[in-house]
Amino acid sequence: MAGVFRRPVLLIGLVVSLTLIAVALLSLVWTPSLPSKMNIVQRLKPPLGPGGLFGTDQFGRDVASMLMVGAWNSLSTSFLAVAIGASLGSAVGVIVAMRRGWLELIVMRGCDIIFAVPPILSAMMLGAFIGSGRFTAIIAIAVFMVPVFARLTLAAARQIWARDYVTAAIGIGRSKTTITLVHILPNISNQIIVQVTIQLGLAILTEAGLSFLGLGMPPPNPTWGRMLADSQTFFAQAPWLAIMPGLAIALAVLGLNMLGDGLRDLLDPKMKSG
Amino acid sequence: MQTIFSWSQVSRRGVMALALGAGVAFAAPYAQAAPKTAATIGMTVEPGGLDPTIGAQVMIGQVTWQNIFEGLTTIDKAGKVQPQLAESWDVSPDGKTYTFKLRQGVKFHNGVAFDSSVAKFTLDRARGADSVNPQKRYFTSIDTIETPDASTLVLKLKQPTGSLLYWFGWPAAVMVEPSTAADNKTNPVGTGPFVFGSWAKGTKVDLKKNADYWNKQVSVKLETASFRFINDPQAQSAALTAGDVDAFPEFGAPELVSSFEGNAKLATVIGNTELKVVAGMNNSRKPFSDKKVRQALMMAVDRAMVVEGAWSGLGTPIGSHYTPNDRGYKDLTGVYPYDTEKAKALLAEAGYPNGFTFTIKAPQMAYAQRTSQILQALFAEIGVTMNIETTEFPAKWVADVLKAADYDMTIVAHAEPMDIDIYARDPYYFNYKNPEFNSVLAKVEASTDATEQDKLYGEAQTILANDVPALFLFVMPKLGIWDKKLKGLWENEPIPSNVLTEVFWEE
Repeated sequence: MAGVFRRPVLLIGLVVSLTLIAVALLSLVWTPSLPSKMNIVQRLKPPLGPGGLFGTDQFGRDVASMLMVGAWNSLSTSFLAVAIGASLGSAVGVIVAMRRGWLELIVMRGCDIIFAVPPILSAMMLGAFIGSGRFTAIIAIAVFMVPVFARLTLAAARQIWARDYVTAAIGIGRSKTTITLVHILPNISNQIIVQVTIQLGLAILTEAGLSFLGLGMPPPNPTWGRMLADSQTFFAQAPWLAIMPGLAIALAVLGLNMLGDGLRDLLDPKMKSG
Repeated sequence: MQTIFSWSQVSRRGVMALALGAGVAFAAPYAQAAPKTAATIGMTVEPGGLDPTIGAQVMIGQVTWQNIFEGLTTIDKAGKVQPQLAESWDVSPDGKTYTFKLRQGVKFHNGVAFDSSVAKFTLDRARGADSVNPQKRYFTSIDTIETPDASTLVLKLKQPTGSLLYWFGWPAAVMVEPSTAADNKTNPVGTGPFVFGSWAKGTKVDLKKNADYWNKQVSVKLETASFRFINDPQAQSAALTAGDVDAFPEFGAPELVSSFEGNAKLATVIGNTELKVVAGMNNSRKPFSDKKVRQALMMAVDRAMVVEGAWSGLGTPIGSHYTPNDRGYKDLTGVYPYDTEKAKALLAEAGYPNGFTFTIKAPQMAYAQRTSQILQALFAEIGVTMNIETTEFPAKWVADVLKAADYDMTIVAHAEPMDIDIYARDPYYFNYKNPEFNSVLAKVEASTDATEQDKLYGEAQTILANDVPALFLFVMPKLGIWDKKLKGLWENEPIPSNVLTEVFWEE
């Protein structure tokens, strides 16, 4: 624990991320007012007035409540997407590292193909087939995450496979599956954790982008991206409508990136320079 | 993340652009000394083609009607029928024979003369078996067309059609030249004061003055005109402020209108339109097949809240498919006023005490999206859950809703004037069938007495207000924003249009 306090980047990242998660969880049980409750009389009221802490939007909804629920919607979508992407990608990575040969060639070229298609584009294509919504957003982001983790785990696992203790394990006749579970995975888990944190920030950004384009969760569920999109034409009248969700997205991504960087320093000091 | 461009690539072209820009900047003061004869009109959505006789999009008419194409009659800025290519006409006492005296000396842009054979060709094309005219039913009452001589056109009707002269003024009834008719979609040739120049798809349509325009009574001041298509309201606002666009007759965002107040260069002109925002329901699908459900939903809607929230308070609530500027208008917003308790009770009576769930297919336009969100909140108050599915307009909406009628509820602004008869059409996307309503509209056409017609229109409005085949919400205003020196644009919009004939720059 002492290591955390000697690393300001990690500390700030941790505080921001935990605050975000706390706000998201709090929104499940309490918000200042119902985020979908419209009150036209109170529309476009500035922050810190009768409109509440962060003001109201064009329908008179409470921006603070919408941001809180938006935090939950954004985080849960991103967490799920990264969880799916990380487990699938890591599984592919370690399996390929175990088998090598033609499988490695095929999987790596497959990763290249997925990398070539940006998540926004794949979400639009998915949306055309199954309709846009949270599910589409999760799948689109997760698909994009799979090759990231596959490449990372493959590279890391290959290094471990070259270690003497793995050669020894092969020598005493342990099966490749056992070696993967006992020696490989525990030794690359730190790198996966660091990557998960960094990818979470990216996932939040992508989710916001998808909602901005109307490919995220449908209304009345508030999402940061859609709040930002809706605020555009009101910018002159009600700048807080754009600033608040914009700040939320920026803070969330910054916090998770700092956490990721800090964790990397903490867990893998050798990679510090890289 | 990829780098989109590198400075090394940009620099050479950038320097050239700068140099050119500087040249233009120096030249500009001299260019402005001459009187301006060019105008750029902004539009939100680009039309899919430029032939109003084969496509239903109002944007087609907004570019071409009265600029490139003209009809036998026309509709003036007050919404009245005026003679155009037909100088005058006689209607027989039984209302079944129309004799048009056609104007002489009118030439199409390609030099072909306009005469009765052209008029006959146009009408036959519009009413023929394989006609794709968006208002084909307007021509169905024509029985035979006779052309005794080049300047006389005689129409024999199957039954009296009181609105025929009005319909002949519509974009869908403009005169087209036989040899060019097939290409009008991309290269329109008409008789109007402007000749089609070019169409840069996705950007603009250029027109230039027709030097041989037949109507010597009007002097067309503009030498060139362009229609530029800018979808995003922010960009529309920027284009107006920068002077890239001289006018946006239908500005896209009411919330940005106040930002032009006190602007020394730009005038804000708010006028009437025929844009009726209605949330159509599939009257043949449960639970909307039950009149009580539709009435309950209507009572759940606070129209004032819709207008305020969706269109910044700039709009007029309506109680039927009719606008206050239409003849014989009746204010029917009080038939099913906002009353949550009564709405709940009626819903329970219809067998839905716990509400129900359905999906609205809402186009991506701001008014539709915002109104849907407000309706969603209002319906939630009476226990009805509405999911919003954004449906791309026009292509997907036309295919799914208008053509296939595969929807529960939808929302769209009906732009055509006096189109209350859409509820009598079969098939039409509402799937609303009421013989009583159809017979009232039939009586309107059979009558030639204006007072009688107005009274019948009142009856038709009342039937709709009671039956609620669609949720009647509000009429959008025309948010016109244009350069204060640009004169002659229509303030109101009795028919969707951008008539440039009388537009000029004040010195």
